[in-house]
Amino acid sequence: MSVESELSGRGASAADSVRASATGMGVGTPSSAASVARASTTGRRRTRLLGTALVLTALAIGGTFLLDPYRNYQLALVAAYFCATAGLSLLIGLTGQLSLGHAALMAVGGYGYAITANALTDAGVDGVARFALAILAALGASGLVGLLLGLAAARLRGPYLAGVTLALVIALPAVTAVFSGALGGDQGLQIAYDDVPPALATIIAVEQWQAWVAIGAAAVVVTVLSGIRSGVLGLRMRAVRDDEVAARLNGVRAGRVKVFAFTVSAVAAGAGGAVLCFVTQSVSPGAYTLAFSLLLVVAVVIGGLGSMLGALLGSVVIVLLPWLIGTLTGAMDLPADLTQRLSGNLPVLVFGALLIVVTLLWPAGIRGALPARLSLRRRVSPAASSPPTPAPPTTAPEQPTQE
Amino acid sequence: MSHRSARHSRAIAVAAASAMLITLAACSTPAAQSPDAPAPGVTDDTVTIGTHQPLTGPAAAGYSSISAATQAYFDYVNSTGGINGRTIEYLVKDDGYNPATTQTVVRELVQDDDVFAILNGLGTPTHTSVLDYLNQKKVPDLFVASGSTSWNQPEKYPYTFAFNADYVTEGEALAQYATDEFAGKKVCLLGQDDDFGDEFITGAQNVLGADGLTSVQRYSVSNQDVVAQISAMKAAGCEINMLATVNGFTALAIGTAAKLGWFTQWFSSSSGADYPTLVGFLGEDVGPKLLQGFVSSNYLPARQGNDWSELFEKINTEFNDGAPFDGNTMFGMSVGYLFAEALAAAGENPTRESLLEAVTSGDLVGNGILPLSFGDDSHAAYTGVGITTVDQGVQDYIGTTYVSDGKGSVSVSDAEPVAVENEGVPASAE
Repeated sequence: MSVESELSGRGASAADSVRASATGMGVGTPSSAASVARASTTGRRRTRLLGTALVLTALAIGGTFLLDPYRNYQLALVAAYFCATAGLSLLIGLTGQLSLGHAALMAVGGYGYAITANALTDAGVDGVARFALAILAALGASGLVGLLLGLAAARLRGPYLAGVTLALVIALPAVTAVFSGALGGDQGLQIAYDDVPPALATIIAVEQWQAWVAIGAAAVVVTVLSGIRSGVLGLRMRAVRDDEVAARLNGVRAGRVKVFAFTVSAVAAGAGGAVLCFVTQSVSPGAYTLAFSLLLVVAVVIGGLGSMLGALLGSVVIVLLPWLIGTLTGAMDLPADLTQRLSGNLPVLVFGALLIVVTLLWPAGIRGALPARLSLRRRVSPAASSPPTPAPPTTAPEQPTQE
Repeated sequence: MSHRSARHSRAIAVAAASAMLITLAACSTPAAQSPDAPAPGVTDDTVTIGTHQPLTGPAAAGYSSISAATQAYFDYVNSTGGINGRTIEYLVKDDGYNPATTQTVVRELVQDDDVFAILNGLGTPTHTSVLDYLNQKKVPDLFVASGSTSWNQPEKYPYTFAFNADYVTEGEALAQYATDEFAGKKVCLLGQDDDFGDEFITGAQNVLGADGLTSVQRYSVSNQDVVAQISAMKAAGCEINMLATVNGFTALAIGTAAKLGWFTQWFSSSSGADYPTLVGFLGEDVGPKLLQGFVSSNYLPARQGNDWSELFEKINTEFNDGAPFDGNTMFGMSVGYLFAEALAAAGENPTRESLLEAVTSGDLVGNGILPLSFGDDSHAAYTGVGITTVDQGVQDYIGTTYVSDGKGSVSVSDAEPVAVENEGVPASAE
């Protein structure tokens, strides 16, 4: 849905920009005036994006003051999952590549963070330097795994791609067991604790500090992803998804675009895993099960594919829903053995039901159910001005599964 | 293009901001803690404590009955008026033996449910993941249901106390028993792939020497297949097989060996040696035969033939719906008794500090077959274990008790079991 309106809305200029950028920066542009105009709109767009990011981040950080520690912990989890769901949403929604293994990519980020942080702790490095280096290592590790996986993914479609990524997440416990010396087996790895910086220690609690860090990381990741999404690269991704042949004819290197999307998405997931490791001071295979991996996909579908807001809503749902259900069943005073049987199983059931209901009612996800004012005003009709679009109009959420 | 994007971004901003506001409105700001306010989780007539237990998942079958037994003991105490006029509320959260879930449920207990203390959190990998957290939060972390030596680090983790005899001690005692009674036999070991296995191996090697174990095999809880490990032990000609396994894997190891036609001598850590549970896994028909002569270590009263077992069996019938009375029931109720004793000793108006003082005072006696060793410089509960064997379906002590000196050697102890007082309800210290 988003593609069709955006491509047709932008009309000729979108097709131009695909061609222009495909033939090298600026070489194919009709006139220098157009190029200047494009540069200035790109600049303005970036400024807007950064402005929005700053405002939202400030709002979220301000919000932590109103939350109690457990709510801040949940907020930090939401932010960590948001990194992963945003990357996954970009991957599935924009390039149509379905990954069921994003939990494993999060785990790569988490282990990368933990191993580096432990090595640095042993070497006597701590504080900001340790955090920054460990995050970089996490991003590097998940990016590398994502690149390798992306190279395979670019040659595979639909169920085959889903199968490869599924194998990755299923193999995770075995990998940690085989390399238990380095990865700690089922117990996983524990890392040293990062306390609140002394300057802030009197103002905020440690959960709040962790929420800040998580929000900061999510802000950077999502801003970069949004930039990619609304830029030339995003356009190429959509073009590849809607009709690979047409995209190639327009000079888009489809394989590269897919590999790039997979790698970026893996780095985002890795950032999420690293943040999760920072917040909980540990990483273990039990945190990245197959069920969790599928839950990430459910989250982006429930929230709304291809949309950052949808990814945020999805990660809020996966953090809050099990907790809400637990609180509800706890308050209902059920018999002990029934509670025990429901515990852990009920949330899965509710997720399944929610997925069906959301897909039936709002095919574009919860985001699509928001009032029109909030749902990004895509009803602005391009009408007659649009030239033939690269693809026949299909609804975006169905695209990946059709392949 | 920019026009659209700008509106686009603004719309996101508005949507996100309102979502945020809704979330915020639903939550409350915690009130600041004033110094003379009562301790968290303590009211005039209740004390609320919490635990994390594997009610589902790979370890559930062996251990899910522990928290029910503890709860039954607290119900019994509450029915007599509680401790110092306060009833004990016990919040049990399921972590599925998954460290990632443990972290979430323990934070929920501490921050959301405001518990006074965490009691008997179960599992080495699971509890390790919240050890730092609980000590940073200064939450008493009492009587951890695991024999890892991590819990006994008074300097580093002043708020954490063990309940089990540690695995090093168990490994030493069982190895010493093997040396004393089965001299010259080939001793091998199957260990869980975490601190449980590591420390048990350390204990065995302390007694047998660094190359005293003929074969050392490891398994991972997430893989329910130990054929490779058992085959390797059989091939190595093992005669005494020490097990650092949870109940499910003790049964799996013995069952796998039987399938391979190998009937050998097993020496198990107390953590995976509960006879009724093992028979449940192996089946009523073959279980008793396979477990004849099964050796293990323990530190709590036997399930039959003593005052504690009679008292607990009565409580089990009355307050636990007559659930099977097994080693887990004994364990769970013993934990409950020790906590009640600590709470009684913590005074009329218990605080987290007075609770810790009560434990480190060294005055707690518990109900074990040997004295507790809590003190200022020891957060270990039991530094020794007795040897039990199974004979004709009865698992009981043979009368040999070993005590570790903590430096790698063990000696025979003649400590007397603790007697029941006041019908198992600790009286206030003052």
